[in-house]
Amino acid sequence: MRRPHCAAVALTALVIAACAPGSGSAGGDAETPYGAGEINTDPASLGEVTLTVWDQEVRGGQDAQIEALNAAFQDEYPNITIERVSRSFEDLQATLRLAITDDEPPDVVQANNGRADMGAFVQAGLLTNLDPYRAAYAWPDRFPTSILSYSSYTEDGVTFGEGSLWGLPQMGEVVGFYYNKALLAQLGIDAPVTWDDLDAALAAAKAAGQLPLQFGNLEAWPGIHLFGAVQSRYTPADQIRDLGFGRPGAEWTTEENLQAAQTLVDWVDAGYVTPEFNGITPDDAWQAFAQGEGVFMLGGTWLLADLMDAMGDDVGFTVLIAPGTDMPVATGGTSLPFAVTDATEDADAAAAYIDYITSFDAMEIVTEKGNLPVVEASEQQVSASLQGEAFAAWDAVTGSDGLLPYLDYATPNSYDLLTAQVQALMAGETEPSEFLEQLQAEYESFVGG
Amino acid sequence: MSAAEAQTAASAAAADRSARRERRGAPPGEPRRVGYVYVAPALVIYAVFLLFPLVRAVQISFYKWDGLTLGGWVGLRNYADILADPALRAAFGHAAVLVVFFALIPTAVGLVLASVVARARVRGLTFFRTVIFLPQVVAMVVVAVTWRQIYAPDGPINDVLRFVGLGDLARGWLGDFDLALPAVGMVGTWVSIGLCFVLFLAGTGKIPRELYEAARIDGAGPIREFVSVTLPAVRNEIVVALTLTVIAALRTFDLVYVTTGGGPGNATTVPSYEVYRRAFELGAVGSAAAIGVTLTAIILLLNLVIARIGEQP
Repeated sequence: MRRPHCAAVALTALVIAACAPGSGSAGGDAETPYGAGEINTDPASLGEVTLTVWDQEVRGGQDAQIEALNAAFQDEYPNITIERVSRSFEDLQATLRLAITDDEPPDVVQANNGRADMGAFVQAGLLTNLDPYRAAYAWPDRFPTSILSYSSYTEDGVTFGEGSLWGLPQMGEVVGFYYNKALLAQLGIDAPVTWDDLDAALAAAKAAGQLPLQFGNLEAWPGIHLFGAVQSRYTPADQIRDLGFGRPGAEWTTEENLQAAQTLVDWVDAGYVTPEFNGITPDDAWQAFAQGEGVFMLGGTWLLADLMDAMGDDVGFTVLIAPGTDMPVATGGTSLPFAVTDATEDADAAAAYIDYITSFDAMEIVTEKGNLPVVEASEQQVSASLQGEAFAAWDAVTGSDGLLPYLDYATPNSYDLLTAQVQALMAGETEPSEFLEQLQAEYESFVGG
Repeated sequence: MSAAEAQTAASAAAADRSARRERRGAPPGEPRRVGYVYVAPALVIYAVFLLFPLVRAVQISFYKWDGLTLGGWVGLRNYADILADPALRAAFGHAAVLVVFFALIPTAVGLVLASVVARARVRGLTFFRTVIFLPQVVAMVVVAVTWRQIYAPDGPINDVLRFVGLGDLARGWLGDFDLALPAVGMVGTWVSIGLCFVLFLAGTGKIPRELYEAARIDGAGPIREFVSVTLPAVRNEIVVALTLTVIAALRTFDLVYVTTGGGPGNATTVPSYEVYRRAFELGAVGSAAAIGVTLTAIILLLNLVIARIGEQP
């Protein structure tokens, strides 16, 4: 038995020493030179092309719009065939790293904006820089800067929110306050426009024995949104952007952020939010809100369709104006941007596809299928009042450059840290100052190193 | 040729063949290398799908690797980080708590249940056995979703508490920093009891009634009977039950992923959840592999210890 044993050990050592993980991957190789003259913006002239597209548009209206657009694109350019691979968000997140480092990766992928995904891919040289196409297709005429910044990184992947363009989104997302119109009318209050209005409305609701703010935080991500909303009331927008994009120059441990953290604690103490919120799922929360439990609920536009179904015209949506300004500011973002892989041989066709599915014509189809189009929202014909309010809110926020990034974009670890910390803060396990010190430590270790 | 004659002829031929083999001096099974042909199919599959990934995981655990670019050798630093990182140490601590809920409590309860059943004839035993075993059959994700509803602030547990006038105890169990981990553990207890009970029932079933009768004649009470008759008889079943449930406890992922996502705060995060989180969310593949390898080593070690229980006379 001795010899085989030694052989096994030797073999193991050989395997371990043989090749470092990642040495066989496609990324990080030669720099592709970019020249405006080399690109072709006429898809019809590209010959027979098959584009493999990985997307996560699997839910009802999302799936319907991408199916419609894929069909229209192939009708218009019969020489291009689209092979669609659709996966749920979680499945895509779990498999994209393997797929994109494969020898033959997909041509177009939907890559999440944050550093752990798009940022890491840019850093590894796995995506095509879309700057030449940005100029050729005049994308800045279509998209406001704040939208483009969500899929912009410097070429080294280090700085988020500026630099080159790596993808384009189809839909917008903004987090605002849904309100129950019937309950507000009972209280004799108009829909709030400013934060002071909200304060008054929350107090009035409490006094009338209503639940002021429906909130379910078992899955922990709603906490990021609630803190982000309250933070936007106190902290200047450019500071939040630096914190959210993980850029140097800002601080968590400021008086304004402390006020924001304290406000959340005060709301819990005053009984403004649902009791035992850390034990309630977000789905249960919005369903309770739809049944009339709660005057307000903070939520993203992804709940539009569900709440319209459940409440009809009885529900409204608003984003609030921060003190000292006259325009609304709100946390939000885009749907996952579509990006072109570096290894694709059909970058021109891939870029043409992305241009097509984010065009003004495409936005009509996006709307028609019940989604919030990332641009031209106020131009769209909508029937339901809630949809109209949400589209107007989105246009107001993006038009005034008031869109703030999700705070968990900041560093790869931010999501876990923030979700856990907001749960602890609101449960009284962590003091507001301690809460901010934790975030500051993570932020410093990231921007400093 | 009659059947009897044929049989005789066949056995004569067989005797002749074995005599020939003996004459050649080759014992059965020779040449020994032939054995490898028999194990080859299983071995190849085992090697490709288990040994290779294991070796590869060990290899990756020595690198700092994001899953995208070329990894960099860091030696044992990923392992040192496991010891140094209080959040990770906490995750392993939570796994230890889960062992109590998944393995120790169900084993104890299962033993008591089985010995009670062994002493008396229970009407409808098959029915109860099925019901108690049922949680084992249901997919863990379904179990987790169900229990999330049960633990909800307006779920059945709190409803009952309020109904019996203990409304002060009602709470969002999974959102409570102190109670979330025990709450998750109780789900494990509920799942594991069935397995333990059925295993021990099988074990007690083969104990001859005479042994109990003899014990009773010697003046043994129920407890003495349990310690002297039942317990030694089901030692092997205990080993099996502990092995299975300890592994289930340490590799818990789906239950935590669905019920709490590691929260509130980090109160219920466990090593396998950290493996997933690091590999797929944070892009820290090397660190994830190190946690996975450590967890594997711990499970192996614990199982060696458990196996010793069965060996003792």
